[in-house]
Amino acid sequence: MALAQQQIQKTGYFKKIFTDAGDFIYFTTRFFKEVFKPPYPFREFIKQSFEIGYKSLPLVGLTAFIIGLVLTLQSRPSLVEFGAESLLPGMVSNSIIREIGPVITAVICAGKIGSAIGAELGSMRVTEQIEAMEVSAINPYKYLVVTRVLATTFMVPLLVIFTDAIGLYGGYVAMNIHSNISLQRFFTDAMARILFSDIFPALIKSIFFGFFIGIIGCYKGYNAKGGTESVGKAANAAVVSASLAVFIVDMIAVQITDLL
Amino acid sequence: MNEELVNIDEKETDVFTDEAIVEIKNLHKSFENYEVLKGIDLTVRKGENVVVLGKSGAGKSVLIKCIVGLLTPDEGEVYVFGRNVAELNYKELNEIRVKIGFLFQSAALYDSMTVGENLAFPLKYHFKKMPADELQQTIEEGLESVGLKESMDKMSSELSGGMRKRIGLARTLILKPDIMLYDEPTTGLDTVTSKEISELILEMQKKNKISSIIITHDMACAKITADRIVMLKDGAIAAEGTYEELAASNDEWVKSFFM
Repeated sequence: MALAQQQIQKTGYFKKIFTDAGDFIYFTTRFFKEVFKPPYPFREFIKQSFEIGYKSLPLVGLTAFIIGLVLTLQSRPSLVEFGAESLLPGMVSNSIIREIGPVITAVICAGKIGSAIGAELGSMRVTEQIEAMEVSAINPYKYLVVTRVLATTFMVPLLVIFTDAIGLYGGYVAMNIHSNISLQRFFTDAMARILFSDIFPALIKSIFFGFFIGIIGCYKGYNAKGGTESVGKAANAAVVSASLAVFIVDMIAVQITDLL
Repeated sequence: MNEELVNIDEKETDVFTDEAIVEIKNLHKSFENYEVLKGIDLTVRKGENVVVLGKSGAGKSVLIKCIVGLLTPDEGEVYVFGRNVAELNYKELNEIRVKIGFLFQSAALYDSMTVGENLAFPLKYHFKKMPADELQQTIEEGLESVGLKESMDKMSSELSGGMRKRIGLARTLILKPDIMLYDEPTTGLDTVTSKEISELILEMQKKNKISSIIITHDMACAKITADRIVMLKDGAIAAEGTYEELAASNDEWVKSFFM
């Protein structure tokens, strides 16, 4: 009896996973159908870009500065030991531009933006605001989802560029704690080690990070069910799933970059 | 506003015609294994106010959500303006939805917008070329009709329950619908505000010649607004008639609503 119940529970669990996966694929496919169809809610897109991009600058900037500073301070002793301190700007720039900048920005955005989108749309769902749009013959998917996903897709790569710049500046400040190097010299050394093939894949994967943060946040919020409790659940699920998606996309991107 | 409210004693019951604007035939709707609606047949004529009464969980809200296409019936048909809602594609459904107003129980005002923006939103979406001054005038008229012109710049969080309902009503009426669906319009309001909202519903029906379906369990609201009352019990229509006819009923279950 207990075994049969376990079997039923397992079947229900797997059924839920596949149903959720199917729903998410349908939700994502709908984005590509709706994004090219008029009307284009351009003002809402600009508003969301401002909320998502501009309002994330202080958090992203501070984190980037600290990461750049700490990375430089932690790496310096090993390089000094091998008499290779002059390679420090190049090593820091490579680490930040290729990996740390995009991933740190994406994880911060998954937390800040993913949860905000999940909570906002979840709240709109449970207070019937999304239904109110539907019955007014307004396409809520187009107005709420398409604009937010486009905003995250455009803004996250821009935030990554900002993170890279601030992170490198943090590295410069850290270098000046133990030695004396000019800003121009630091950036010349840092950029000498950077190729186009380092920057381009990092920006491409940032676009995917932004897309997945937006679409997962929207999916969790848009499909929230029940009372106010589900708003919190939607926000939480958005953060967890978006963060996981960032790491999975990063892993795939690294494999593809390696092949090129 | 109060001076303009319609006197209940002067309520006209002959403003509607025989033209059926909503026709529901044998409507069934279940959620998982629970059958909420068990074969509803209902016709609403042009200009008529039909009140749907019933206890909580009787399927009242499900009924109006089927009319507007938010829920799909398991069995049966819903005809709005002579068209079967289930057979319409998204574009056709939206053409119908523009002619239907829906006032949600919570009023469903958009939290991130001011009152004025709430009213402007459907207008801007459907009438993109409307000049700014005409848009402003339409919004002001809409707010004036519910007595809240001074609330234009307030956020929805600053409004009381009654004000939210009024703004919700103004937002719905701004697209000049032919049918209004009210989901518990007086729930959660005090007696005075409930009466004001009920009288406002009646005023709007007379002024704009709108057909209405009003979902409620508030008998005072039913008395003020109803041309005809349909009573739902366990997902089926248990009684139907005018307020006076049902009030005189000998059925114990019907009588329990009028005590």
